[in-house]
Amino acid sequence: MRSADLIIVGAGPAGMAAAACAAGKGLSVLLLDEQPRAGGQIYRDVARAWPKRGGLLGKDYAAGLPLVQALDHPGITHITGATVWQIEDGPLVTFTVNGAAQQAQGKRLLIATGALERPMPLPGWTLPGVMTAGAGQILLKQSGMVSDRAVLVGCGPLLYLIGAQMVRAGTPPLALVETQGRGDLLAAMRHVGGALRGWRYMLKGLGMLAELRRAGVARHVAATDIEIAGANRAESVRFRAAGQQHEIGCDTVLLHHGVVPNTQAARSIDIPHEWDSRQRAFVPQRDAWGRSARADVFIAGDGAGIGGAKAAAIAGELAALAIAHDLGALAQGDRDLEARQLRWRLSAELAARPFIDRAYPPFAPALAPADKTIICRCEEVTAGDIRRYAAMGCLGPNQAKAFGRAGMGPCQGRYCGLSVTEILSAAHGQAPDRTGYYRIRPPLKPVTLAELAAMADTPDAAE
Amino acid sequence: MDSDYAIIGGGVVGLSVAWGLLKRGLRVTVLDGDDGSFRASRGNFGLVWVQSKGMNQPRYAQWSQSSAAAWADFSDELTDATGHAVGLEQKGGYDLHFSEESLEATVAKYETLKARLGGDYPYEVLGHNALRKEEPEIGPKVVGAILHHQDGHANPLKLLRALSDDVRRLGGIILNGKHVVDVKKRDLFHVQCADGSEIRARKTILSAGLGAMELGPKLGFKAPIRPQRGQVLITEKMPKIINRPSLIARQVDEGGIQIGATNEEVGLDDRVTQPGLSGLAAEAIAAYPILGRAQLVRSWGALRILSPDGLPIYQESPEMPGAYLVTCHSGITLAAAHARFLPDWLEGTAAAPDLEVFSEARFS
Amino acid sequence: MKHAFHRLDAPADLVRVTFRGQVVDLPAGENLAAALLAAGVTVFRNTPVSGAPRAPFCMMGACYDCLVEIDGTTRQACMLEVSEGMVIEPAHGKGADNALG
Repeated sequence: MRSADLIIVGAGPAGMAAAACAAGKGLSVLLLDEQPRAGGQIYRDVARAWPKRGGLLGKDYAAGLPLVQALDHPGITHITGATVWQIEDGPLVTFTVNGAAQQAQGKRLLIATGALERPMPLPGWTLPGVMTAGAGQILLKQSGMVSDRAVLVGCGPLLYLIGAQMVRAGTPPLALVETQGRGDLLAAMRHVGGALRGWRYMLKGLGMLAELRRAGVARHVAATDIEIAGANRAESVRFRAAGQQHEIGCDTVLLHHGVVPNTQAARSIDIPHEWDSRQRAFVPQRDAWGRSARADVFIAGDGAGIGGAKAAAIAGELAALAIAHDLGALAQGDRDLEARQLRWRLSAELAARPFIDRAYPPFAPALAPADKTIICRCEEVTAGDIRRYAAMGCLGPNQAKAFGRAGMGPCQGRYCGLSVTEILSAAHGQAPDRTGYYRIRPPLKPVTLAELAAMADTPDAAE
Repeated sequence: MDSDYAIIGGGVVGLSVAWGLLKRGLRVTVLDGDDGSFRASRGNFGLVWVQSKGMNQPRYAQWSQSSAAAWADFSDELTDATGHAVGLEQKGGYDLHFSEESLEATVAKYETLKARLGGDYPYEVLGHNALRKEEPEIGPKVVGAILHHQDGHANPLKLLRALSDDVRRLGGIILNGKHVVDVKKRDLFHVQCADGSEIRARKTILSAGLGAMELGPKLGFKAPIRPQRGQVLITEKMPKIINRPSLIARQVDEGGIQIGATNEEVGLDDRVTQPGLSGLAAEAIAAYPILGRAQLVRSWGALRILSPDGLPIYQESPEMPGAYLVTCHSGITLAAAHARFLPDWLEGTAAAPDLEVFSEARFS
Repeated sequence: MKHAFHRLDAPADLVRVTFRGQVVDLPAGENLAAALLAAGVTVFRNTPVSGAPRAPFCMMGACYDCLVEIDGTTRQACMLEVSEGMVIEPAHGKGADNALG
């Protein structure tokens, strides 16, 4: 069994920054990440991709480079291709590398598992060719691949970014189909007083929109009645906008209406979560250092509430400072001194969030999908099924899961959990906090029985 | 409106009884817990099982047999009413053995029980080769199996859903999110809930699983039950691998291989543990080596409701006549008996089954 | 049909693998899901529930839509890298050759 002062799950901005900071204070750090190279999703493969495609990916992406480089520290053991599937008291972490299980015992654990795209259940969203906008970006960053006939659907800065990157790559999307209305932007401007940072984001967004316009990309706003049509794959996107019905033929549909915390790991060890009504998602409860209700477990980055890559890196450092202090490697005065500067930067980073959340609200029909729309992709459970289980007395997602299998498939509810909570909350007129969420159990990701069995105390229980 | 029966507990046990009472025209209100309640009905293994039950108490073996025999008809009726099958398959089940000694010892016990049951215990012993003809994926470490022809399995979640659906369809009232805090008997039973609501009924049944530990004494029961954790695994959906269920593994109607279960005395802790998962996986692979390649998709810990001797408890309260304790750890196997036969006992008809051996008198 | 994706750089170091029994040359070390998409594969598998076609959705190991079978085990294509001689089949689903019984 391995051991370390600090085990970090996830080598995105929060995990990388925390690792470097903690190692800098003399702690031994074990950094576990599923991907073959550090960066997380936002800085995916940055060390390889930046030299090749930096120009089209944009300079924000380059911010990942120093974070990756800082992992080259003797105090940091970075295990790539490590899939964490169980966390137990200790903290004891079990993970798979190359099909074999390993365990590590830490004095502290930092969960930095980042975000998932908010599920966007629309008619046809399970068809081949429909992907998240993040997936489109990953293909571009990691593999230098661009879709020739893509339509971007949804809302938010990431949608503009992938569109602009596609333009720079010489293959503009066929159309940008946005779901937010003009009223959303006005409301954001009116209600979010003094969010100067919001303006900066908006200007950045406007710049990217101008790139799209110059490339001749058709833009539709306040789209409704969106569906993806096709027999065995996505063939077109249909929607209404400006009082007209549209249909755009395509091969690829990239969906996006925001990201939400990936809370699977934290939930698997019963860390309490609460509903964030502005972000319309659950976030784990934690203090200003990222410490959870379990004193030896910290959570930082988008997995603790969406703040973006820069905020995630700062939160990672804050957690590392608190952990270094916990373990006697940093005096309280020094911790607080270093933290002051970080907190100031963090609040500046987060100042723009209310603006973004207002200006690009989730697409309402995807939060309350039509009865026929599949919400659980794995078990092919529809929104109507969940409403029927609500009528049969299912007050929360766990009883609904038992009745109809939503959340029982291999993704373990990652892409249906919030939909089920929202649908049940609406059906019963109760707050999401009261409705609750799936009980998440190990394995956090599927693991072969052979691998599990290899860890049995007696190699063969039958002997 | 007052009910004839207030049933505390909306799991498979409570709903099976509710369903049976509704079929007789009685008015029933079921008080069900919330989303986070301990729910054995959501976590059990799904066997409709006879063998190994009641080795020391033939009446329990018979009671299980009578339920298994009533299951097909019970399942058909639920399916017809709800339009959804509950995954029942009764073509026998195995007790797999990894040593000749354990196989022989078990057969000896079965023979004793068979004699006490007047010969009604239809099982046969399959050696490794015979077993392999039935189960091509069986592994070389399995020396043989006892195939008991009264065994089978069902989909416990589909059963729960069908009962919940049909109880409502039959006019039963199911109140969800109720936490019963006390029961008083005046002219009627007054079942009091934490939210301040109160349900009145002529009779009341306590079928709240582990909830009976707290409520039982308030109604005059000993309710000497305890939780026992069972960890269970389920794989991704697979092509057909296993034909008949065993206590080690079964292939559910949706395709997943369900593997169980541990027996752990850990109080109200329903977590899963790495040693628990690993031990179960190793045993399943020993039985069916091909399972080594299968992906484990989910696991869970559920808490069995065990009496000191493992048998069900059926008891009318001596202090509050009209209040009944109904609890067992084999709610799926006994669902048909609870639906078909228990109403006679509750209503005191001439057809009432003799459940004396299951009373609390045995715990004096 | 023309492939849905094109590559910005010419792929190097192609190695031979099979998908659904067909020989395909893919870049060594490339993300398997990406490589199959670039090779023109549109349907990765059919679901075990309804037999519906599926292909990569999230590309980050979360959605389990890009499942393939390698050496008898179900794997996420988006979490693997291409290596010489890989024998890749769709994950078992309903209605496929290797359908559920």
